[in-house]
Amino acid sequence: MFEILGVPAQALFGQLLLGLINGSFYAILSLGLAVIFGLLNIINFSHGAQYMMGAFVAWMCLNYLGINYWAALLLAPLVVGATGIAIERLLLKRIAHFDHLYGLLLTFGLALIIQGVFRNQYGSSGLPYQIPPELRGGQNLGFMFLPYYRGWVVVASLAVCLATWFLIEKTKLGAYLRAATENPTLTQAFGINVPLLVTLTYGFGVALAGFAGVLAAPIYSVNPNMGADLIIVVFAVVVIGGMGSILGAIITGFSLGLIEGLTKVFYPEASATVIFIIMVLVLLVRPAGLFGRAA
Amino acid sequence: MMHQDRSRPARTGRIRASLLPLAAAFATLLTTANLAVAEVAGGTVKIGVINDQAGPLSDLAGPGSVAAARLAIEDFQKLSPSVKVELVTADHQNKPDIGAQIVRRWYDAEAVDAVFDVGNSAVALAVQSIAKERGKLVVYSAVGTVDITGKQCSPTGLAWLHDNYNLVSGPIRKLKSQGLDPWFFIAADYAFGRNMVQESQAMLASAGGRTAGSVFHPLGNADYGSFLLQAQASGAKVVAFANAGEQLVSAMKQWNEFGMGAAGQTPVALLMFLTDVHSMGLQIAQGLTTMTAWYWDLNDDTRAFAKRFFGMRGTMPTAPQAAVYSAILHYLKAVAATGSDDTATVLAKMRATPVDDFYAPGATLRADNKLVHDFYLVQAKKPAELDRPWAYYKVVETVKPADAYRPLSESECPLVVARPK
Repeated sequence: MFEILGVPAQALFGQLLLGLINGSFYAILSLGLAVIFGLLNIINFSHGAQYMMGAFVAWMCLNYLGINYWAALLLAPLVVGATGIAIERLLLKRIAHFDHLYGLLLTFGLALIIQGVFRNQYGSSGLPYQIPPELRGGQNLGFMFLPYYRGWVVVASLAVCLATWFLIEKTKLGAYLRAATENPTLTQAFGINVPLLVTLTYGFGVALAGFAGVLAAPIYSVNPNMGADLIIVVFAVVVIGGMGSILGAIITGFSLGLIEGLTKVFYPEASATVIFIIMVLVLLVRPAGLFGRAA
Repeated sequence: MMHQDRSRPARTGRIRASLLPLAAAFATLLTTANLAVAEVAGGTVKIGVINDQAGPLSDLAGPGSVAAARLAIEDFQKLSPSVKVELVTADHQNKPDIGAQIVRRWYDAEAVDAVFDVGNSAVALAVQSIAKERGKLVVYSAVGTVDITGKQCSPTGLAWLHDNYNLVSGPIRKLKSQGLDPWFFIAADYAFGRNMVQESQAMLASAGGRTAGSVFHPLGNADYGSFLLQAQASGAKVVAFANAGEQLVSAMKQWNEFGMGAAGQTPVALLMFLTDVHSMGLQIAQGLTTMTAWYWDLNDDTRAFAKRFFGMRGTMPTAPQAAVYSAILHYLKAVAATGSDDTATVLAKMRATPVDDFYAPGATLRADNKLVHDFYLVQAKKPAELDRPWAYYKVVETVKPADAYRPLSESECPLVVARPK
């Protein structure tokens, strides 16, 4: 067996696979952010809190209503998406014509409020949530033990990412959305309900965060702060990919997961920093991000 | 105002002098406890509880510590109804500057006699020097750093719960003696994690054990798969986590996911609280070994307190919360017994009297201001073994102080070094 920089190749393959799995979370979350920014021009700072809500709704479904993981996987994004729609209708709409900064401040404030309410209600140490029985256990791949649940996370997030990309780039609805982004007045003149499109888009982006939250619930700690740390990394991913670029968010999400995974093998202390170092380098060379169009 | 506060003993003296004739006149009517009122500055003992009220440490201490403080005051008032006690509370948000500023204000402007809990090593170190300068009492609960009763020890700073040495001593002795060696450490990359691993490795080496490896992950890390695979590949028999709260919870969830237990490795949490186990659920936590200064389900006395606490909070008390109760009650009893709130007088009484409560019966303070009490090596039960809500631990062994404390002969505390043996 050969070695790479003192690490057995087999162990390295295992770590790369793990990185890809973590990249799945980055990809779904940054995709939601990119959709919202791309079509609404809102920097959605409450995305982390909405991801947390997804995990909590899954927990509530199980403990209050006896609804299992699979149903929660559908239901939680709908619930979280609905709260997103309410936020858009009641709050974001009113500041749509102001500078980006207002949306950023508003959503950041909302995130703090949401986290505070959940912490007040459920405490800070978190709630238990199990892996669904169908996905317990794993498969020995020879070079690593792959838990079934991790495999499922990759498959589910890839499917959702590709479906979203397809919806926005290849369908008629997506074409309307893109048109509404380019020129809302003209699009509305063609008889398309642009405010409704905007509301639904925000709801969809938020629902993606909720979906990621349910995926995360069985393997990460379900606590009110779970999104707060992640959201900063995800923003870096979006910036690297290019703000508003759908494909950029997906590809960057997965590849940064890989890079982070490698860092965890060679120098774990830097694994939280490496993404930001890459962000700085990318911004120096391509200020609009890897896949972004210069404004 | 500032001047008056600095010359507190003189002012107290004046008040005492003016009250003296009055006290003498009614002397026949007064009980000792009533006399105490006359001796305490302002007639009221004022205590402060400061900790993280809403952040990551708020479940293990936080509002629960305040509830424990209220219970202690309630119990004290049954013993000495005439001594007035006032409780103030504050949130230091885990920021040393905020904690230091509040405690300074409490001591200087608000006549707070003693501060309790603190519950964050960085804040504790900042508070320590403020209390020391002013000659005021501070009693720590969940403060892990060994420096607080080591290099940075102070005549007025007492440690009531544990430090990192206590926490690592039990698991290492016990598991090493069972032949579980070598060890792999997964630690958070900041002072706490580094210090914990350092203490562990030193103790492990002195017991003839070996470290198979260690990784330090960034604070707030969510995915441990990579580190768990490294631990698996290291061939270690024990994997010890030196991270706390949500990080430990995530790590253990993934421990289960990766089938680590089935592969024959033993998990150890060097720092864990009952609320962490509650958060994981026993399905995840089962088999996890840790050291704790107290557990609510030890005997009838602890259960009686736990029941009262549960009535207030809806959770069972953690060890830090019980320690806050114990420290406050012991302090107030000393105030009542001496009839004074002067730090040196009360402290002398606290030293001279063994602790008499459910938390640490018979425990005494040693020269470096650490409370000497038993520890418990506990293991999280299997889900099927859980017979009552929150009864998550089974006690594997009661660890006597001789095995759980750094010997005073190795102490770096100037108070100990200065004192002739």
